[in-house]
Amino acid sequence: MSGLAKTSVARKVVMALSGLFLVLFLILHVTINLTSVISPDTFNTMSHFMGYNPVVQFLMQPILIAGVIVHFVMGIVLEIQNRKARAVRYVKFAGGASAPWVSRNMIITGLVVLAFLGLHFYDFWLHEMNYKFVQANPEDPTRYYAETVEKFAPIWRTVIYVISFVLLSLHLWHGFASSFQSMGINNKYSSGIRSFTRLYAIVVPLIFIFIALYHHLNPITH
Amino acid sequence: MKLLLKIWRQKDGSSKGKLVDYPIDGIEGDMSFLEMLDVLNQELIEKGDEPVVFDHDCREGICGSCSLMINGEPHGPDRLITTCQLHMRRFNDGDTIVIEPFRATAFPIIRDLMVDRTAFDRIQQAGGYISVNTSGNTVDANAIPIEKAKADESFEAASCIGCGACVAACKNASAMLFTSAKVSQFALLPQGKVEATDRVQNMVRQMDLEGFGNCTNTGACEVECPKGISLENIARMNREYLMATAKG
Ligand code: SF4
Ligand code: FES
Repeated sequence: MSGLAKTSVARKVVMALSGLFLVLFLILHVTINLTSVISPDTFNTMSHFMGYNPVVQFLMQPILIAGVIVHFVMGIVLEIQNRKARAVRYVKFAGGASAPWVSRNMIITGLVVLAFLGLHFYDFWLHEMNYKFVQANPEDPTRYYAETVEKFAPIWRTVIYVISFVLLSLHLWHGFASSFQSMGINNKYSSGIRSFTRLYAIVVPLIFIFIALYHHLNPITH
Repeated sequence: MKLLLKIWRQKDGSSKGKLVDYPIDGIEGDMSFLEMLDVLNQELIEKGDEPVVFDHDCREGICGSCSLMINGEPHGPDRLITTCQLHMRRFNDGDTIVIEPFRATAFPIIRDLMVDRTAFDRIQQAGGYISVNTSGNTVDANAIPIEKAKADESFEAASCIGCGACVAACKNASAMLFTSAKVSQFALLPQGKVEATDRVQNMVRQMDLEGFGNCTNTGACEVECPKGISLENIARMNREYLMATAKG
């Protein structure tokens, strides 16, 4: 990866592009999730398509995983380099006087979201791999809705889910607008871009949270 | 005015430093921050103690020598001024003031509050110039027509005094605001276009070699910069860099 991003400017562009890619992916994800509240059948159809379409499975999914890995590995590399750049810390540092908390703590919000992704992978991705390839179960295009709703039955998972999306919101609040600056876009459209990105940072995580709470409060009763 | 100063004392780059308490009395509101330190140093000298070493030169906000982290902010709590322009009336009787050097691995401490900022000089030398033959037939710069808006932006970028407050304020100790100002002042003018590709690549390379951190767009530099150098310069440098990379 160091070859890919040899200079500080190149590294921030890599961070921005991988971040923007994940922002785009979130739209797809939230749209599919939202159908689970509106129409379980549509949710099943879409989930089945995502789970079995070869283009999605063998092209888009690896690209997505690569995007996540590039973004967090680069984030951690940057953090390590940045700490080295100030090896001796200030005794008194008024960071809040000149920059908001979210912009200074992307590593914290990012690591929480990453930890959540670990759980998310365990819950859904490993589960799918196990179902499809290890146990080699037959295709069942109707199982997704019930499986998903069941995941939100325990309160602990719902709480983790909600907290993670609040942190994702904070991460996006700084990160989304920041990626435009990193790519050299700072002009008369920038305040509009900033408003849009901040709206996105609130609305998208809020929909995810709504879906989680909805399923937690409306379990499937047999 | 009576104050308690907590000042970073450090013998040299290799020894360990610490904050030392200095109570001080008789400070007038009209004194500048540096004059207040002069008063302290006079007292220390009279007592036979070592005076506090700090950088200063013009004392009118144009040279960029004075530095100091004052209560956690470079050049103190006010905006758009340097430490030499900060007045003691900004503080209250009985205040405690913590004074530290600008801290960055690329700005090693020389002694007490004085740090070595020659890393900035080396970034400048890597490309912060235009090559003009000055052997007698130099074309008058004013003979080249330049759009007013561009000239103004270039002038604003050129008003960077190289103080290093941007590095000191940045949680990553990044030097992007300084470097981007120095790239921008030329990038905006026709004279600067000729060497634009090499300039941005060489200056960014040198900036990284010096061990400054990576910019994460917190914007702290812009807020603390005594000359109001804007983040737009960093975006411009990123653009210039991307274009230079595309050209190879
Ligand atoms: S950009 Fe501002 S803070 Fe940084 S060196 Fe120049 S004048 Fe000082
Ligand atoms: S001493 Fe020159 S700017 Fe402060």
